[in-house]
Amino acid sequence: MSDHRFGDVASVRDELKEVEYLADEGIASVVFLADRLQKPILVEGPAGTGKTQLAKSVAEMTGARLIRLQCYEGLDEAKALYEWNYKKQLLRIQAEKASDDGSTDWDQLHDDLFSDEFLMTRPLLEAIRAEDPVVLLIDEIDRVEVETEALLLEILSDYQVSIPELGTMEARQIPLVFLTSNNTRELSEALKRRCLFLHIDYPQMDREKEIVLTKVEGISENLADQVARIVRSIRQIELKKAPSVSETLDWARTLVLLGIESIDAEQARETLHILLKYQTDIEKAAKELAVEAR
Amino acid sequence: MLDLMSGFIVELRNAGLPVSLTENLDAMEAVKHIPIEDRSAFKYALGATLVKNASHWRAFETVFEVYFSMRGPQYRLPDAEELSEDELERWMQQQMEGMRDRSGGSGDDMSPEELAEMLYRALMRGDEAMTRAMARAAVGKYAGMEPGRPVGGTYYLYRTLRNLDLDSLLEKLMEETEAEAPAPLTDLERRLEREEFESRIDHLKQEIEAEIRRRLVADRGVEAMAKTLRKPLPEDVDFMHASREEMVAIRKAIQPLTRKLAARLARKRRNKRRGPLDFRSTVRASLSYGGVPADPRFRYPRPHKPELIVVADISGSVAAFARFTLHLVYALQGQFSKVRSFVFIDGIDEVTHMFRGQEDITKAVHRVNTEADVVWVDGHSDYGHAFEVFWDRWSSEVNPKSTVIFLGDARNNYHSTNSWVLKEAAKKARHVFWLNPEPRSYWDTGDSVISEYGTYCDGVFECRNLRQLESFVDHLA
Ligand SMILES: Nc1ncnc2c1ncn2[C@@H]1O[C@H](COP(=O)(O)OP(=O)(O)OP(=O)(O)O)[C@@H](O)[C@H]1O
Ligand SMILES: [Mg+2]
Repeated sequence: MSDHRFGDVASVRDELKEVEYLADEGIASVVFLADRLQKPILVEGPAGTGKTQLAKSVAEMTGARLIRLQCYEGLDEAKALYEWNYKKQLLRIQAEKASDDGSTDWDQLHDDLFSDEFLMTRPLLEAIRAEDPVVLLIDEIDRVEVETEALLLEILSDYQVSIPELGTMEARQIPLVFLTSNNTRELSEALKRRCLFLHIDYPQMDREKEIVLTKVEGISENLADQVARIVRSIRQIELKKAPSVSETLDWARTLVLLGIESIDAEQARETLHILLKYQTDIEKAAKELAVEAR
Repeated sequence: MLDLMSGFIVELRNAGLPVSLTENLDAMEAVKHIPIEDRSAFKYALGATLVKNASHWRAFETVFEVYFSMRGPQYRLPDAEELSEDELERWMQQQMEGMRDRSGGSGDDMSPEELAEMLYRALMRGDEAMTRAMARAAVGKYAGMEPGRPVGGTYYLYRTLRNLDLDSLLEKLMEETEAEAPAPLTDLERRLEREEFESRIDHLKQEIEAEIRRRLVADRGVEAMAKTLRKPLPEDVDFMHASREEMVAIRKAIQPLTRKLAARLARKRRNKRRGPLDFRSTVRASLSYGGVPADPRFRYPRPHKPELIVVADISGSVAAFARFTLHLVYALQGQFSKVRSFVFIDGIDEVTHMFRGQEDITKAVHRVNTEADVVWVDGHSDYGHAFEVFWDRWSSEVNPKSTVIFLGDARNNYHSTNSWVLKEAAKKARHVFWLNPEPRSYWDTGDSVISEYGTYCDGVFECRNLRQLESFVDHLA
C-alpha cells in the first residue's frame, strides 16, 4: 500500500526532527504504528513533556491541518461534535407560522430544519468531514467526565459520526488522532482499548540537551549540556513538582539572556525559581545543589 | 510468530497485566508492520498495543526481555513459525553453546586486569557499544553460569558485580576526572560528573542483568524463566513483604494514585450539576407543541465531608503499611473536614501536628517514625494498653461526625485486649473501621485478636496492597 504516511520508524524520527521535535525511539515507533494501524494515540505523562507539541509537530511535518478540541469539565456533545443552530431554527419556525395559511408541510419543514444549513460543526465533526489532510488533537481528555468519553468512542474506532437527523457521516480520509492526558483520573477501558498508548516521560539527558540546543537560540553546546545535567540532577530529588521540559527551556533562555556561559552553583541557585514552582522545592533543591552527591 | 505472540500474551496475563482480546489482536496486527529485528521499535509497538498503564511498563519489559531476548539479529533468528518444539529446543541448546564459545573467546582470553581496564575506558568515554561488550564479557568470566544449575539470576548478578567492584571503579573515574580537569572542580561540577558516571554504571548493570537473563532463557526455556521473573505490579505488592525496590515503586505509585483519588472523590461529592439545556429536544418539542416546556432539575444534597481519626500501629512489620496509609490520608486531607492521627506500639502519641503546615508528606511521615513517643515498656505491640490510654486522653475527640480507623495486624503479644475501647468508640462515632495488612487466612492465628476487635467495627478490611487501600479510601469518602 502506498497511502502510508511514513516509510519506517527512523524516517518518522528524522522528519520530526526537521520540524524541531526531538522524538525518542518510543515516540517515533508509536507514531509510525498509529499511521499503519489507523489507530488513535493516547499520550500520557507529566506536565510539559511535549504531549501537545507532538500532535502539533506531526501535523506540521505531514502538512496537515491541526484541529484541536480542548477538553474541560462540562464539555458536551454540542461543543465537541455538532450543534443545531436552534436560534436559526426557531426563527425559521416562527416565519413559517406567521405565513401559515394551512399549506405548511410540517414534515418537509422538519427535514429542512435538520439539514446542513442549520448544522454547526464542532471539532470532532469537522475532522471527520474535512476534505484536506488533518490531525485531530483531543487535548487533556482526562478533564471531561467519564460519561462524556462515550461521545468519542464511535469516532475513535470507526472514524464516523452518527447524527440521528442526517445519518452516519464517515471520514473522507482517516486522520491521525492524538488524545493527551495528565492522568488526573483513570480513563475508561473502552477508550483505552481503542487507542495505542504512549507514555512520554521526562526525556533522557541527551535528548533534553538536544531539545535545548534546537529550541533555545544562541545557546552554546556547553551551556546546553550543563543545563540538561543540572535538570537531571534536580529531577532525582524528591520534589512536589519536578521541572518539565518547558521549564528547562525557560531556564535555558533566561541563562542565555543573562549572558551566562557556564553556570556555577550560585547562579543556578539564584535562577531556580524559573525551574521550580514551589517554594519548598526551591529551598530543597538549593540545599542539594550546594553539596556534593552522596 | 503466532505461537510466540500467544505465549507472550499468556505470560503478560500471568504477570497480572490485563490484556483484552482487542489488544491482543492489535498486537498481532502491529507486529506485521515492524520487523522483529528492530528490537526496540518492536518492543514499543507491542507496548503501545498491550500496556495501557504506565506503571505496568516494567513488568511488560521483563516479560518482553525473556521472550524476545534471544531473537535479535546477533542470535541468527530462526523463523519461529517453522520450528517445531524439538527444533526450538535444539536451537536454544546451540545458542547456549555458542554463547559459551563466545564468552570463551572474549571473556576468558582477557585477564581480569584487561577486562577492568577496558571497562574503565568504556565508562570513561561513555561508549555504549563497548560497555555492552564488556558487560557480556564480565558475565562470561565471573558469573560462573552452568547449564541446569538451579540458581536464580540475582546470584549470578551478585557474583559478577562483586568481581567488578563498581564502587571503587566510580571513585577511580572521579579521581581521573578531577586530575584531568583544567581547573579544580567545584562542588556542583563534581556532583554532575559523579551523577553522569553513576548513570553510566547503572546502564552497565542493566546490560549485565540482560545478559544473565539471556543466558538463563537459553538454558531453562522461556516459560520457566518468565515464571521465576514474575513480579507483582506495584499496586499488588504486599506491604508486609515488599523489598526495598518494591517500596520505591509503591512510593512512586502513591503520588498519581492520590491525584486520581482526589479528583474522583471531589467529583463524587460535587453537586450533580444541572445539565445544560438540551436545545435539540427543545426545538423538537417546539415543533409538536409550539411551545418551550420548562425542564425541572433536581438538586442533590451536598454530602458532608467525614472527620477522620486514624489510630495506627507503627511497630516493625506493619510500619510500612501504616506509613503508606497515613501518606495517602494526608495527601487527601482536602477531602475530609478534619484529620487527626495517633500512632502506637505499646504507648500511644498524637502526631497530627507533624503533618500540619508540612507540605512534604514524606518528611512528616519520617518525623512520625523518629519523634513520636510510642514506647511505653519494651516497644513490643500492646494494643490493649495503647487503646486504654487513647480512650483516657482523647475520647472526647470522638463524636458522631467522626470516622475512626484502626490500622494494624491486631497481634497483641497476648496482652489484655481492652476491646471495650472499641465498643465505646463505636457508640460515639459515626463509623469504626479496621484495616489489617495481614492476609485474611492469618487472622486470629497465634496472638492475633482481630475478631475480638472486629466485633465492634462497622467493617474489618484486609488491606495488603495499594489496590485494596485505594478501594477502601474510595469507599470512605
Ligand atoms: N521532544 C521535544 N522536542 C521539542 N520540543 C519539546 C519536546 N518536548 C517538549 N518540548 C517543548 O516543551 C514545551 C511543552 O510542551 P507541551 O506543551 O507539548 O507539553 P505537554 O506535555 O502538552 O504539557 P501539559 O501536560 O502541561 O499540557 C513546548 O514548548 C515544546 O515545544
Ligand atoms: Mg498539553
